[in-house]
Amino acid sequence: MSREGIVERRGAGHFLLRMLLFAVLGLFCLLYLMPLVVMISTSLKSLEEIRTGSFISLPKEVTFDAWGKAWDTACVGVRCTGLEPYMWNSVLMVVPAVFISTLLGAINGYALTKWRFRGANTIFALMLFGAFIPFQIVLLPMARTLGYFGLAGTTSGLILVHTVYGLAFTTLFFRNFFVSVSDGIVQAAKIDGAGFFPIFFKLMLPMAVPTIVVTVIWQFTQIWNDFLFGIAFTVGDSNPVTVALNNIVATSTGVKEYNVDMAAAIIAGLPTLFVYVLAGNYFVRGLSAGAVKG
Amino acid sequence: MPQLAKKPTRAVALGRLLERWLPQIVVSPLFAASLVFVYGFIAWTVYISFTRSGVLPNYTLAGLLQYERLWATPRWYVALRNLFVFTGLFVAGCMAIGILLAILLDQRIRIEGVIRNIYLYPMALSFIVTGTAWKWILNPTLGIEKFVQGLGFPDFSFDWLIDPNMAIYTVVIAGVWQSSGYVMALFLAGLRSVDDEIIRAAAIDGAGPVRTYASIVLPMIRPVFLSSIIVLSHIAIKSYDLVVALTGGGPGYATDLPATFMYAFAFQRSELGVAAASAVMMLVTVMAIIIPYLYSELRGARK
Repeated sequence: MSREGIVERRGAGHFLLRMLLFAVLGLFCLLYLMPLVVMISTSLKSLEEIRTGSFISLPKEVTFDAWGKAWDTACVGVRCTGLEPYMWNSVLMVVPAVFISTLLGAINGYALTKWRFRGANTIFALMLFGAFIPFQIVLLPMARTLGYFGLAGTTSGLILVHTVYGLAFTTLFFRNFFVSVSDGIVQAAKIDGAGFFPIFFKLMLPMAVPTIVVTVIWQFTQIWNDFLFGIAFTVGDSNPVTVALNNIVATSTGVKEYNVDMAAAIIAGLPTLFVYVLAGNYFVRGLSAGAVKG
Repeated sequence: MPQLAKKPTRAVALGRLLERWLPQIVVSPLFAASLVFVYGFIAWTVYISFTRSGVLPNYTLAGLLQYERLWATPRWYVALRNLFVFTGLFVAGCMAIGILLAILLDQRIRIEGVIRNIYLYPMALSFIVTGTAWKWILNPTLGIEKFVQGLGFPDFSFDWLIDPNMAIYTVVIAGVWQSSGYVMALFLAGLRSVDDEIIRAAAIDGAGPVRTYASIVLPMIRPVFLSSIIVLSHIAIKSYDLVVALTGGGPGYATDLPATFMYAFAFQRSELGVAAASAVMMLVTVMAIIIPYLYSELRGARK
């Protein structure tokens, strides 16, 4: 049964309120979309048109020069390679980090809920704390440790960092899911002689597919968008794309090319935006789980 | 022969033992990693903050020296003041807009899904990406200023981005734009959990829409207020990339937050001790907010 909206009344008053409602909602749609539209339209303008026209006007002549430049010739600091190599850095970082942290979080959440042993809840609470620390508190020791193991400035080092600090969140997601799965299923499988891993891979993982999707999307977005770890633990050509984008924008030599900046920003944001458009609902579920409302 | 028969049983027994302890065996390396990388590293940073460390780590204890130096640094006070201004306005702005949009979207709108996705897409983007966009929109010569001048107000001036007194408010604008959709999503979910009958009863009793929401519906979803405010404060205290992308902490260090302060002292000025002390201050602030919250959440979940 559908809810009787509060504004759902009869007559002219109802109609006016309804119009006002849509006007406000529409206005906010424009406000939220404005920066994206400005980015796209600026990226398609020539520098000449940017200098003479208004930032909000649509391009009179569409040119893709800025996109080409952002992709392979724009200067990131002193190296003029465009964003391309850094996009690959991010891909090489994000794929293993998401896979490992999701898998470990799933096993962890499963072990902590379906094989309740003494101290399981305490272990979970202690691990969950890691999801909330400001990462500044681990930057100095992490930099030292990565240096000690020869991982400073490498993609492997960054994968390690993202896996370790993503684990608290992935464990949280899977624990919240597995808590809701009936213990009876696991008990029955145990009586049939199935062990820890067979139950996990054959029984639990297939049930957890929606949670896997939520976790993968959450981790992908977090890690792709990360800036702090990227700038602290990588140098020059091992930078992820967010750091490279910031360097392009901050490059102060020569004429400021706003169209190239905007094209680069869109390129760097495209993967997460694409995932959001494809699977927005799963993203929203991750966001609400992130508020620890299981 | 008896010896041969004995071996498999021992293997089976060992296997059983392994199987019995397998959950613990699987969890312990992950738990150990968390102990080392979270708790161990926190202890390490706290320790550095009590030493003489300057450009290089120096593990001689020096009491509260670094904290005294931190609290004698004018830049730290700028960062703290900005943190209060930013957190206050950011949380208030996101809550106001988020709640308003959630209530409006709750009125049986047919294209609700589309509108919701438009309000929420900024959350999928990196602060570096959106910061770059806002930097261009707020550009003092070519952005909003020029646009409004073109509308027929030639004296209009909007240079907050390069005005040391106003630049922090540009960070608030971009932050609220990015995160208010999140609050909208949390509240919309909360509103959906309220029983329709209660709202209908209120309408029958003659309560207008504003009163129904203000004094009946919103009080019922009080926990959503709490978790939204906690999550937003947490985002605000950790804010680093938005400031870097939008203002770079500038002009000068006018838009420094503790997060950018810590990074600058750790990696640019190589004042490891002061950097560690500022990181500890950040952790203490976050803990003061998060631990009571987590405690009540976990206790509530166990009931």
